[in-house]
Amino acid sequence: MHQVRIHGRGGQGVVTAAELLSVAAFAEGRHAQAFPTFGSERTGAPVVAFCRIDERPIRSREPIAEPDTLIVQDPTLLHQVDLFAGLHPGGLVLLNSARTLQELGLDDTGFRIVTLPATDLARKHLGRPVPNAVLLGGFAALTGVVSLDAVVAAIREKFKGAIGEQNAVAARVAYEQLEAVHA
Amino acid sequence: MRRQLEGSVAVAKAIALCRPEVICAYPISPQTHIVEHLSDLVRSRELAPCEYLNVESEFAAMSAAIGASAVGARAYSATASQGLLYMVEALYNASGLGLPIVMTVANRAIGSPINIWNDHSDAMSQRDSGWIQLYAESNQEAVDLHIQAFRLAEAISLPVMVCMDGFVLTHAYEGVDLPAQEDVDAFLPPFAPRQVLDPDEPMTIGAMVGPEAFTEVRYLMHAKQMQALDDIPAIASTFAQAFGRPAGGLVRRYRSEDAETIVVALGSVLGTIEDVVDELRADGIRIGALGVKTFRPWPLEEVRAALAHAERVVVVEKAFAVGAGGIVGQNVRLALDGTGVTVHDVVAGLGGRPITGRSLRGLLDDAIAGRLPRDRMTFLDLDTGIVERELERPSGPHAENILRDLGVLARPY
Repeated sequence: MHQVRIHGRGGQGVVTAAELLSVAAFAEGRHAQAFPTFGSERTGAPVVAFCRIDERPIRSREPIAEPDTLIVQDPTLLHQVDLFAGLHPGGLVLLNSARTLQELGLDDTGFRIVTLPATDLARKHLGRPVPNAVLLGGFAALTGVVSLDAVVAAIREKFKGAIGEQNAVAARVAYEQLEAVHA
Repeated sequence: MRRQLEGSVAVAKAIALCRPEVICAYPISPQTHIVEHLSDLVRSRELAPCEYLNVESEFAAMSAAIGASAVGARAYSATASQGLLYMVEALYNASGLGLPIVMTVANRAIGSPINIWNDHSDAMSQRDSGWIQLYAESNQEAVDLHIQAFRLAEAISLPVMVCMDGFVLTHAYEGVDLPAQEDVDAFLPPFAPRQVLDPDEPMTIGAMVGPEAFTEVRYLMHAKQMQALDDIPAIASTFAQAFGRPAGGLVRRYRSEDAETIVVALGSVLGTIEDVVDELRADGIRIGALGVKTFRPWPLEEVRAALAHAERVVVVEKAFAVGAGGIVGQNVRLALDGTGVTVHDVVAGLGGRPITGRSLRGLLDDAIAGRLPRDRMTFLDLDTGIVERELERPSGPHAENILRDLGVLARPY
């Protein structure tokens, strides 16, 4: 089983990211479960969503306390939320940031942190700072848990028309950036 | 066809497959996505003919459903939490009149303190309302139970509540197999009501009944529910033959045949419990689980048959009778009367607190080692430090005081 925890803020599409990831995994024949934590939802408040992907049916429904991978959609959460809680040493973190780990003060965490300027890519390709689909392209490149094609198909199924195409392009660019660096 | 869907959307699509003719609902979290999606299906005429009534409250929703059902329409509603409480008077009328309304309850806690998250205190508060209560373990089962619910309701002329855990199921995306329309049509024939209000053949239903006959009418309600103990497994079995998968029924056993310890629960927590059972089995511990699929009517014989050989039963439930103890636990004790089986009441998952595999493992280790109390409820993961600190305070509202202790609310200057 691969367990992903996604952190972000209300308005960044955290819940949708978990949904898209589960749809991509489902399309590839896996069992997948995505669910959010809900609170007093409001723009800007910290939001967490989860996705489990497995070859077997998934029975557990508890929140993911020990993720295999973290996706962090907003680097300012580093100062607000215990993002790395439950992550194993060497665990993968895909962090939305244009800065280096040194600049972020994250060069000595013991985790495998990879940054991707997802908001910049979203601005460039969508004209809006919504990083969720972009990061899924990066997730596909880093983990291989789902293919880029499945991610792109899930994006197009969810968002019809131009917005889907723009997100698909941005996810592909993110995939290529991280594939070149980390494959 | 198997699709990756949000639980609410899957249930809405399942309802549409059942061809309801009237849907009346008022939005309340976490049920809202279900009726929103249904309203889209009616507006786009994917679900037709169907009258979608926007009502001004849950009381109106159930009242309109009663009217619709009484004129012979297949009627559906959905609600949760305070919404269910707001329709209580009408709930009793629906069951008393024997109207086969189907309603989803997206289980959520009842305030105060106000809380939008999942537990079973809403549905459990209506366990004696005369409605049949079915509990879904997964979104697939929620879909399948709704299809069975209409057939059951109309077969015995009683309303059926399908309970599914709010957020945990309603807002979870998972693979769901939605049956084909022709298969649902074959399983669920058009509604042939037992009583119809028809202006061409005037009659009344809902007469005032005095002491001369009230007991007899109420007796028949009870007898019909007891009759449902035969109908529910029969319909579940027909469903399994028609659709190729089991769903519903009265109870479901999991690795319990030779078990010394059996965990009893309702709803979506059964998945996590089964994972923990497998873990303990791998350590050589004889443990199993019993899922209660039908809580009303109470399947006393089936529960007894499934549990009587155990040494101990741990009932994990998401609601409790304040000042008394476990609700499911009391029913389990009734079923085990005279067997000598020890029953432990455990309250867990209140107001959305996650029931984790780790906590369950600790609980069951304690139960097996004889460390769980028999004479009082256990509150899983209770923070006793917080409780004791609050008990020492002379004044102030508990909720706000505790939130300040936890740092959720700022302290006043």
